Amino acid sequence: MQLYLPIAEVSVDAFLILGLGGIVGFLSGMFGVGGGFLITPLLFFIGVPPAVAVATGANQVVASSVSGVLAQMKRKAVDFRMGTVLLAGGVIGSAVGIWVFQLMTKAGQIDLFVQLSYVVFLGLIGAMMLQESLRSLLRSRNVNAPIRRSHVHSWVHGLPLKMKFRASGLYISVIPPLIVGALVGFLAAIMGVGGGFIMVPAMIYLLGMPTKVVVGTSLFQIIFVTAFTTVMHAVTNQSLDMLLALLLILGGVIGAQIGARVGVRLKAEQLRILLSLLVLAVSLRIAFDLLVTPNELYTVTAGLLP
Amino acid sequence: MIRWLLPLFLLALPALAEESIVSGLSQNRVSITADFDGSEILIYGAVKREAPVPKGSPLQVIITVEGPSTPVIVRRKDRVVGIWVNNAEVRVDSAPSFYAVATTGPLSDILSDTDNLRHRITIERAIRAVGITGEADQADAFVQAMLRVRSNEDRYRVLEGAVQLTDDTLFRTDVVLPSNLTEGEYTVRLFLLRDGRVVATQERAIRVRKEGLERFIFTMAHEQPLLYGLLSLVLAGIAGWAASAAFRLIR
Repeated sequence: MQLYLPIAEVSVDAFLILGLGGIVGFLSGMFGVGGGFLITPLLFFIGVPPAVAVATGANQVVASSVSGVLAQMKRKAVDFRMGTVLLAGGVIGSAVGIWVFQLMTKAGQIDLFVQLSYVVFLGLIGAMMLQESLRSLLRSRNVNAPIRRSHVHSWVHGLPLKMKFRASGLYISVIPPLIVGALVGFLAAIMGVGGGFIMVPAMIYLLGMPTKVVVGTSLFQIIFVTAFTTVMHAVTNQSLDMLLALLLILGGVIGAQIGARVGVRLKAEQLRILLSLLVLAVSLRIAFDLLVTPNELYTVTAGLLP
Repeated sequence: MIRWLLPLFLLALPALAEESIVSGLSQNRVSITADFDGSEILIYGAVKREAPVPKGSPLQVIITVEGPSTPVIVRRKDRVVGIWVNNAEVRVDSAPSFYAVATTGPLSDILSDTDNLRHRITIERAIRAVGITGEADQADAFVQAMLRVRSNEDRYRVLEGAVQLTDDTLFRTDVVLPSNLTEGEYTVRLFLLRDGRVVATQERAIRVRKEGLERFIFTMAHEQPLLYGLLSLVLAGIAGWAASAAFRLIR
């Protein structure tokens, strides 16, 4: 069934969009990430303009994060205080991101900028995650290996403005969470992602948060950062397509619930290896597009009527 | 004396007065609704004459359909430090978002250059690209690239021989409007030609407009962007909550 999207101004197959939302939702439910890093490039591939894909992707992440955080709240696995600090950083980062997005759109480099962000960040995180999960898989087989302590004191603990985070059992400075939040907010605005794939490792390794509260807290703050991003894109670029978002969300929330059930049956290490491979694959696919000579060297952008 | 001269004056008048166009469109408005997937427009007409068919070369018909024009930026990718980036750009002052030319025969045979220039009939002439030569080293290559890209998108079309002309009087053609249509006023121009020269013209309009849900969403996104963004969030929130609630019930 063909459906004309009012903002993207293209006609797409509604079932294709529902299917895409479903597949991405399935993966995000399985791995506990928002899935924005998959949905935005997939929308590029089917011909949705990048600006619309980024804004609409952010809106879709709001829906899947709400769905996920409700499940985590039942398990009391959300550190609201930490979430709020991360969020404060996130809003600042997001505002800067929107501003850079507009600058790059004017300069005609937004496609390159978005693609490079994807290659660099997905590549880095994917490689790090793969290395870490392979190591822990080996460690679980080798009983004599040294166990890593969960609370390692580093330079992070010497910073001022300390604050108690009871749910995480931490007493640390608010500066590192603010910076992590700002970085993720910035990426959310530029890449149309929630940033869970950066937030989760940063919380575990940089902030030393216990794993059980990480996913819930990350999802909690992602809701607000992506919500802010969505509204900012809608106001400054008018690039949010509500019809496209609704289709993606509908497919996504159903897929996410199914994915969450499948995910329970897999081991944590196996899940992390699969997720890191997926992240790396997306990164390589986009890098490939940048390196291979394109079929058409020219692009045509229609300007607005004066 | 005047009675004698008058018929002579009439004979001396250009062919314009001898033949004129009577035309019709199958629809003069196109609504872009949610299930819009392109539209086909039938353009038909007849040649109205007070005198017998003039001798000489046969009558030819050209019909153009032109969408609203906007300025356009054409960018070229170049390999910079190993990756392909947008490097050079050329701004075209005004290019139609859609342009179709349907004719009774090959354009080069039936249309003279001077009349093409005067009436801006072919796509190359319909584009206004004044003073772009200074912007990049090969501005012409950029314009050619734009024509190629837009032809591949079905936005620009040359349909030589697509106009059927019967008995030098009745003509008709079908123009397919693609699904990636831009809103606005579309101009249909009809030309009668003899010996490469335009002898009669007529202009008609087709209104293309988003309707229903598409209109509602588009207007709201542009006129109430904040409210629109917030509404999208509320919908996303409700969908997320409903999904987790529904699956908890199933469990």
